[in-house]
Amino acid sequence: MRRLRAGLLAMLMVLGLAVFAAACGGDDDSTGGGSPASKDDVDLTQGQDVTIAVITHGSGDSFWAVAKKGAEDAGKQMGVTVKYSESANDPQKQAQLIDSAVTEKVDGIAVSAPDPDAISDSLKKATDAGIPIITLNSGAEDYQELGAITHVGQTETIAGRGAGARFKEAGAKKLLCVIHEQANIGLNQRCDGAKKGLGGDVENQQVKGVDDIQTTLTEIQSKLQSDKSIDAVLTLNPDIAVAARDAIAGAGSSAKLATFDLSGDVVKAIQDGEIDFAVDQQQYLQGYLPVVFLTLYKSNANTVGGGQPVLTGPGFVTKDNAETVAKLAEEGTR
Amino acid sequence: MTEASGGGSPAAAAPAGAPPAPQPVADERLANIGVWARLLRRPEIGSLLGALVICVFFWVNTEAFGTLSGIANWTDVASTLGIMAVAVALLMIGGEFDLSAGVMTGTTGLLLGLLTTEWGFTMWPAIAVTFAFAAVVGFVNGYMVVKTKLPSFIVTLATFFVFQGVNLGYTKAVTDTVRVAGLRDVPGYDAASKVLSETFWAPHNFRLSVIWWIAIAAIATWVLARTRLGNWIFAVGGDANAARNVGVPVARVKIALFMTTAMAAALVGIMIALRLGSVQAGQGVGEEFTYIIAAVVGGCLLTGGYGSAIGASLGALIVGMAFIGIQFSGWNTDWRFLFLGVILLLAVLVNNLVRHRAEGVRR
Repeated sequence: MRRLRAGLLAMLMVLGLAVFAAACGGDDDSTGGGSPASKDDVDLTQGQDVTIAVITHGSGDSFWAVAKKGAEDAGKQMGVTVKYSESANDPQKQAQLIDSAVTEKVDGIAVSAPDPDAISDSLKKATDAGIPIITLNSGAEDYQELGAITHVGQTETIAGRGAGARFKEAGAKKLLCVIHEQANIGLNQRCDGAKKGLGGDVENQQVKGVDDIQTTLTEIQSKLQSDKSIDAVLTLNPDIAVAARDAIAGAGSSAKLATFDLSGDVVKAIQDGEIDFAVDQQQYLQGYLPVVFLTLYKSNANTVGGGQPVLTGPGFVTKDNAETVAKLAEEGTR
Repeated sequence: MTEASGGGSPAAAAPAGAPPAPQPVADERLANIGVWARLLRRPEIGSLLGALVICVFFWVNTEAFGTLSGIANWTDVASTLGIMAVAVALLMIGGEFDLSAGVMTGTTGLLLGLLTTEWGFTMWPAIAVTFAFAAVVGFVNGYMVVKTKLPSFIVTLATFFVFQGVNLGYTKAVTDTVRVAGLRDVPGYDAASKVLSETFWAPHNFRLSVIWWIAIAAIATWVLARTRLGNWIFAVGGDANAARNVGVPVARVKIALFMTTAMAAALVGIMIALRLGSVQAGQGVGEEFTYIIAAVVGGCLLTGGYGSAIGASLGALIVGMAFIGIQFSGWNTDWRFLFLGVILLLAVLVNNLVRHRAEGVRR
């Protein structure tokens, strides 16, 4: 009885691991030329044996899923191995992932740098080991100090300014900028940028956030009711945008609405004319381009950017291109 | 030893499912069962098996995992986790939870950062103040649990939320950003980081936190196995009333365990702050479950009174090996949590088996 149970348990354990290995192993494109099983894969890589590590602070949400797809697509098209991993906003984990990439002697590291101090030591180890670095998404102010070739991303202020300028064109006078996360300084920078772009009156409103859309809706609606001079609303998240759309309708306001970032609902609302435009930072490029740049650096010693960051945004989604974008979003690239 | 009698009674009560293999000499069979029983009764067995399987698996499948630099990578991940897992394991053996353990690593790190960069403290005094603060928080946690007799799950959940709010609100109020940076420029930083966060063994760069982890696990194991306090911890977790009736100071033991957990969180928080040179307001949030997972994988029962510090360390090692191993393998990291889930389930199954065995002995 006892042996039986112990045996059963051992079997279960082995089975569990096997299932796991099978499930994950499917994505195991190649581990370089090292293990004999992957020799066939190496042939597919056009003779290049290049591995690029892409290490972001993402947490598997829809935004980062698109960036990941970009990195993987670039890997396939360039014929290089891409190892994508995420630290879920934990700087220590990100530093540890960079350390492990250095141990593996990868050929290039693409990294998002929301907390440059925290990863500077690990990136120093990488540059000391001769591994080229490109920062992506966050780190536009710090990429040079971190020793990166260039930065691929959208600067918040420029994107905000772009949105503000579009509102100005549409004749808006007073803009409400809806901030949905306390801990995110980037959101404030967007609103500051919008103020510069609009050249008019901008009021920031801190709302409850995506965890409590109903309260957020009420907050925006009462703001619009109490201040009728607001004729434009800028939200910084697609879910908040949908709430703001309902709030505008509920308040009987005629304010124009725009948002940062896309979702299916937002694209549909743009098609229906309920949202004027969306600011898209095209994060697919933030995954895709660093892999291409690092591969070119490796194979052809090219450096992109000329000491300046490479901007992936702001791209704008309006009624004109919403249909195309909607199709691409279904494929996971927008 | 009670292996013979303990092993005997359930076997006799069991249905006729005994192994069919021929066993001519009865004494030999008893001896065999004794070894099995002794092995299976160890709380570490599940995590030890798991750690071995995972280690061999990644060692064979990736090039970097078995190199010294690779080992430095995964022991690095396991070390800060392991320090917390050991403390949380002691607390769980004592029959309580601390859901604020994760966020405390952030709170203490932020406190250290604010003391040094905003309020003019040098590094060592700031570290002392941080530990004192953690001791007070641990005391308050323990005192509330003991006095109110509410489940520690609820009390520390409240602490968790309180500190999550304070961490963010206060950091933003003081620094206008969501992190405290610039610790590397503080006087005394170099000395403190030489003790707490540097690396050693030059080309491979093992973390000092690994040494701390091993030392803490060894001390905890010694306390549990060889000291009166260790007996008390098992007693209060096994049956607090019975323990009280035989004269164990239940309240004091529990409060001491909460203080230990909070101080361990301070140690880890300080280590991370020194290592990164900056602290993020969201630091540690959600990690408390990883600590509990490591402890449970290491054989701690959720009901208390049973578990081991070595097991918790092995649990942390599993998490560390999986984290780096998956990275080295180039697997799609989307699946990482599947791995944790499978490990947790298997460990709980092993533990369940062990508990039946332990109960069998008691009867």
